Amino acid sequence: MRESISKPIQRVDGSAKISGEAKYIGDMHFENMLFAKTLRSSRVKAKIKSIIKPELPEGYFIVDKDDVPGFNRMRTVVSDHPLFAEDNVEYIGQPILLVVGPERETIYDIITHISIVYDDLEPLYTLEEAEAKSTVFTDYHYDKGEPDKAFAVAVTIIEDEYHTGYQEHVYLEPQGMAAEYRDDTMFVYGSMQCPFYAEGALTEALGWDAKRIRVIQTVTGGAFGGKEEFPSLTACQVAVAALKTKRPVTLIYDRDEDIICSTKRHPSIVRYKAALNQNNDVIALDVDVLLDAGAYNGLSPVVLQRAIFSVTGVYNYLHLKVRGRNFMTNNVPSGAYRGFGAPQTIFGTEMLMHNIALKIGVDPLDYKMRHMLRRGDPTCMGGKIRDIVKLPEIITRVTEMSDYRNKVQNNVKYKGIGASLFLHGCGFTGNGEQTIQGKIILKKSGENVILKVSSTEMGQGAETVLRKIVAYSLDLPIEKVLCEAADTGLVPDSGPTVASRTTMIVGGLLRQACLELKDRWDEAEEFEVSRSYKHPDFLNWDNDTFQGDAYPVYSWGANVAEVEIDPVTYEINVKKISAVYDVGMPIDETTLRGQMQGGIVQGVGWATIEVMTTDKGKLIQKNLTDYKVPTSMDIPKIDCEFVSNPYEFGPFGAKCAGELPFVGAPPAVVAAVSNALNVPIYSIPITPEDLMEMDSHEN
Amino acid sequence: MKIEFVLNYKPQIIEVDLARRLLDILREDFGLTGVKEGCGEGECGACVVLMDGKAVNSCLVPAGNIIGKSIVTLESFKKTERYKMIESCFLEAGSVQCGFCTPGIVMATESLLNENPNPTEKEIKEGLSGNLCRCTGYNMIFKGIHQAAERGKGLW
Ligand code: FES
Ligand code: FES
Repeated sequence: MRESISKPIQRVDGSAKISGEAKYIGDMHFENMLFAKTLRSSRVKAKIKSIIKPELPEGYFIVDKDDVPGFNRMRTVVSDHPLFAEDNVEYIGQPILLVVGPERETIYDIITHISIVYDDLEPLYTLEEAEAKSTVFTDYHYDKGEPDKAFAVAVTIIEDEYHTGYQEHVYLEPQGMAAEYRDDTMFVYGSMQCPFYAEGALTEALGWDAKRIRVIQTVTGGAFGGKEEFPSLTACQVAVAALKTKRPVTLIYDRDEDIICSTKRHPSIVRYKAALNQNNDVIALDVDVLLDAGAYNGLSPVVLQRAIFSVTGVYNYLHLKVRGRNFMTNNVPSGAYRGFGAPQTIFGTEMLMHNIALKIGVDPLDYKMRHMLRRGDPTCMGGKIRDIVKLPEIITRVTEMSDYRNKVQNNVKYKGIGASLFLHGCGFTGNGEQTIQGKIILKKSGENVILKVSSTEMGQGAETVLRKIVAYSLDLPIEKVLCEAADTGLVPDSGPTVASRTTMIVGGLLRQACLELKDRWDEAEEFEVSRSYKHPDFLNWDNDTFQGDAYPVYSWGANVAEVEIDPVTYEINVKKISAVYDVGMPIDETTLRGQMQGGIVQGVGWATIEVMTTDKGKLIQKNLTDYKVPTSMDIPKIDCEFVSNPYEFGPFGAKCAGELPFVGAPPAVVAAVSNALNVPIYSIPITPEDLMEMDSHEN
Repeated sequence: MKIEFVLNYKPQIIEVDLARRLLDILREDFGLTGVKEGCGEGECGACVVLMDGKAVNSCLVPAGNIIGKSIVTLESFKKTERYKMIESCFLEAGSVQCGFCTPGIVMATESLLNENPNPTEKEIKEGLSGNLCRCTGYNMIFKGIHQAAERGKGLW
């Protein structure tokens, strides 16, 4: 019997990264390569009247919409973002054209000599303005039970509104892409999560068959959703440039450019009406979710879906009325970011429960526990919680680890403690997995096994975890399990590396294929086994009515945060986070802990110091000097444990993990701050200025 | 202008614009791509190299400031016993995820342990305060450094 799969091994990509040998896109050199730089809109919303271009020196090119042989739009859920601006620009930073050539200095010089004549149009700056003008991209609704009746008989009705701000991914490696046109094939290399998304976008931009396109992921320096859909845009741009110039073209962003133009977490407003019965329990919720999608809708409809499917958090409310809208504003487009809409609504719901508890004078954690989901309960969309919900065990453990019960009773001003309960739906929302139909191949090659998947390593440890699943399933040492490059010409489409789906879904397919490979091992020296995703029969989903099982299974968790507020500066010092998670079964404890630690710290950042705002369509925080992310000096002590709750259909029992910690940390920290100053909090990030004001009102 | 400096223990004479960033000299002129650019404005530490033994952000150092100085990058540091100790402790502690911050953190660790072979938790935090890592949340990096200091007694 082998040791438990959870026992850590060394990361397979660790040594190459520590030694600096790993090649990221900016480290690659192509023979005869040209550099590209993007000329962007300086206007919030305007008509482009004309573009006056200087005479170009020999060997320099301008690449714009007229050079796109196919469709001048980036393919994604809603293909509305032009690769290069056409008649209008809709946000500051929107790409208009590329200047391409051999010397960067000359390129910059050419850019400063291009003048664009704009005719300014009336822009929409904020979500509130967009709501007033009803610039709705997407509008979703669903109900559960009989909300109107429940509100009619409610003893108390509480109304609250919660706001969350932008968040920039700050993957440490900025966006970068390169394209090379040779042998009648377009080769595109870059930092990305989803090579097949880029390939799909390229087929439309070039108007070519996918056979003539190869997308190859290079070592990717962090992504967190920021390299999910956005790289499809730069992939198409460099490919068009390589086609025009007949030379390899690379486009590497510097940090400031990356911050200005890349997608961010959607700012949100979530409005609640809660109906309480005579025991002060919530019997019905009316929720209205508003997201700022920015100038183009892109991927936002799916983000909105996860946002509205997560509104009930870990609670069983009998009656629900839910509406979600994406609004068009003239801000930089929002997009995928770890948690994908869920952090916004889970934050709102956790704080709503916290604030109701304070109003009625009971401990917030006890109040939340009165509403928790149990096995067999219906989900908010009328699906079912099929597996054991281990929240009671999780809560017992996390309150022990943090001494919550004691500390919450004896709290002193400026010191606070707070708890959050949360879940995350594993894998794609609704019928996403059925639509994608992920496919994997395992190849036996002598003593080795090669796994072929399009799932990418972006830092989260996917390669280590997937190789480990195969090695354990076949009883092979990890060195004998190799991973084919994430190259669309060499691997099947196992689906995008998103939605915390890789371990559970792709790892699950690999595990199934291993069982067949093991049986047939002696058949030949070399052969392949493949598997395609099949949706389990017991799961039903109707995408028109949003009824059924939005997710096959959920991962769960509880956090307790402890904070200290500086009585003079009101700076928030997050001292400690205690965290307990049920992710089914850890495939590799060290890798998993890394995800949890990193996710918690990003979540703490979003709730506290990561302030990003706009003023009239212009980002105020445009670089890492202004936009602060947690440094080594800002981080709490983190105690993290797992409860085991194997999922029948996950490899070795594994469920989802990567987004879960992000969802849980912000409401715990905010609950702790609320506890420290004895004030309700409705908005994040919480700045010292806000706290100071709240506290002075309190006094 | 022609300038002289020492790169990875070899004397160099190069013709360079004095305003050119050390980061670009290393990456582009010498192909030392272990030095990373995460921000170009002194905020992230991905570009850390040693200048006369001290950690500096190479994106902030103009060529004019390296005249007569000794620069050490990861490409040469990785041949040492101290590097091997850092590497094995980082691997074991899970200090690396996407790896883009890692070369800078390795060099910052070398500089820290050089000055202080037995750093406390607080001193480790301070020693890394110029290096951003967006993936790990830092604790597992602290652990790697702590282990390297413990197990590498006598190396620094
Ligand atoms: S690149 Fe030099 S500090 Fe970020
Ligand atoms: S490991 Fe990704 S930034 Fe540190």
